[in-house]
Amino acid sequence: MSWLIAGALLWALGWYVNVRLASLPKSRLTSLLVPIIFGVTLIIIWESVVRGFEIQQVLLPAPSVIAARFATSTSILWQDWVQTVLKGMMSGYIIGCLAAFATALAVDRFAFLQRGLLPVGNFAAALPIIGMAPILVMWFGFDWQSKAAVVVVMIFFPILVNTVQGLAASDAMQRDLMRTYAAGYWKTLFKLRLPMALPLIFNGLKIATTLALIGAIVAEFFGSPIRGMGFRISTSVGQLALDLVWAEIVVAAITGSLFYGAVALLERKCTFWHPSQRS
Amino acid sequence: MRNLLPVLTVVAALIVLWYGAAVWLNTPWAYDKAQRAGVELSTTELIKDTWSQKKPKLPAPHQVTREIWKTTVEKKITSKRSLIYHSWVTLSATLLGFALGTVLGIALAVGIVFNRTMDMSVMPWVITSQTIPILAIAPMIIVVLNAVGIQGLLPKAIISMYLSFFPVVVGMVKGLRSPDHMQLDQMRTWHASAAQTFWRLRLPSSMPYLFTSLKIAMAAAIVGAIVGELPTGAVAGLGARLLAGSYYGQTIQIWSALLVAAALAATLVAIIGLIQRIVLNRMGMAQ
Repeated sequence: MSWLIAGALLWALGWYVNVRLASLPKSRLTSLLVPIIFGVTLIIIWESVVRGFEIQQVLLPAPSVIAARFATSTSILWQDWVQTVLKGMMSGYIIGCLAAFATALAVDRFAFLQRGLLPVGNFAAALPIIGMAPILVMWFGFDWQSKAAVVVVMIFFPILVNTVQGLAASDAMQRDLMRTYAAGYWKTLFKLRLPMALPLIFNGLKIATTLALIGAIVAEFFGSPIRGMGFRISTSVGQLALDLVWAEIVVAAITGSLFYGAVALLERKCTFWHPSQRS
Repeated sequence: MRNLLPVLTVVAALIVLWYGAAVWLNTPWAYDKAQRAGVELSTTELIKDTWSQKKPKLPAPHQVTREIWKTTVEKKITSKRSLIYHSWVTLSATLLGFALGTVLGIALAVGIVFNRTMDMSVMPWVITSQTIPILAIAPMIIVVLNAVGIQGLLPKAIISMYLSFFPVVVGMVKGLRSPDHMQLDQMRTWHASAAQTFWRLRLPSSMPYLFTSLKIAMAAAIVGAIVGELPTGAVAGLGARLLAGSYYGQTIQIWSALLVAAALAATLVAIIGLIQRIVLNRMGMAQ
């Protein structure tokens, strides 16, 4: 009971601090501090609820237990991370992006293809493509190649659609201007159309980051060597070692956030001129 | 309509590609069989064989179509092998999760728009929540909820909900904030209360945003329901068909489940699109 009361009190305190901070003029410090305090209070509530209601470890481990498990099994986590993220996800992400760019450039040269492929691509982007995972695992074997293939298939259409739309972003006036400069196809592409396409391309790249991580992990449910985050999650659930599962989730969440953050940072560096980045 | 011809061309090209890939991928097995039987295959025989194997690496489109026909029209709906039965299982979880996610998303968006503290503290975490690969922990959620005694529809629906609330929050926050200063000032000159401003101005002007995000949310909800079915031990649902197919190497079954899932997703998104058309038309907001 005392845990519950303490949790409720701390939560109220955190909320009060946040209300005070939010009423201050908005600055970099407050906009960073408020979400952090909110997150910390969430973890405190989790901890106190688990302890207060004495929830069993096999159902929901407390954050402290997860942290302890995280600290003791770093070697397993690292091994899984290398297998899933570095080998599976990153290779798939790079191949998928390159394939989508190449296709987009090819499609862009033919207006007919563009009109035909965009609706199909939009349609494909809404499909449960993750269902291809068992098929691809069958084709490419159990190791990281099949995970990379799943990632490629998952991210291909979002990036393709965004890139094709982005390449159409420059208007006729600008293209005419390039023509008056006697710029050829490639020069126009690199000096005008690609820079104009960047905001939309980055939109696709950002969507693809979370998709890629999900694809790499879920593909491991359909067969994998005895390492990898998806493998660890599915086998640890079977052994009721939920603290290890949660440790893997923490790793996945951190990886996902960092990956997304890195792409967003790159976006800011590359498209600093765009109105959405200047506010 | 002017896009019809190009789209049909692309679809036709994809089907041709599919047949070609089926020949390419299934050739080794066809040769293998022929060698063991001690016969030479002519090119036509080879192609014929690659398009009619029992467990091909890549089934040809007509094989998949026949399987779908067999398991939807020719089977009784109550049969465990009927795809309609499995689709219904997935569909019910999808719809429940979608409804929950939409309600949660709209509630969060209203809170974020009207409460500055919520805006500053919750919004970053809503975005962070999506970097957690929920699909990856779906098995755990199912197993844990199962242990607490929650079974059947709800665990799958919860996964669908988690995936579908995010687009709704983002879209609705954008939509509820879309009225410009002029319109908000107008409401103030009429001495409208916050509630009146909400019902008469903010909510109506958020409708286009809402429908766009509902489409994304629906697609996400289906993915959630399908992945949620994987760890239940392949009992029922399209996800279970996928898993069972991958255990026994029944590629035709996998592809038919996949195509039915795709059709289901397309239908649901199209229905939302239709509702969007009607609603926006009646509100005089159609583009």
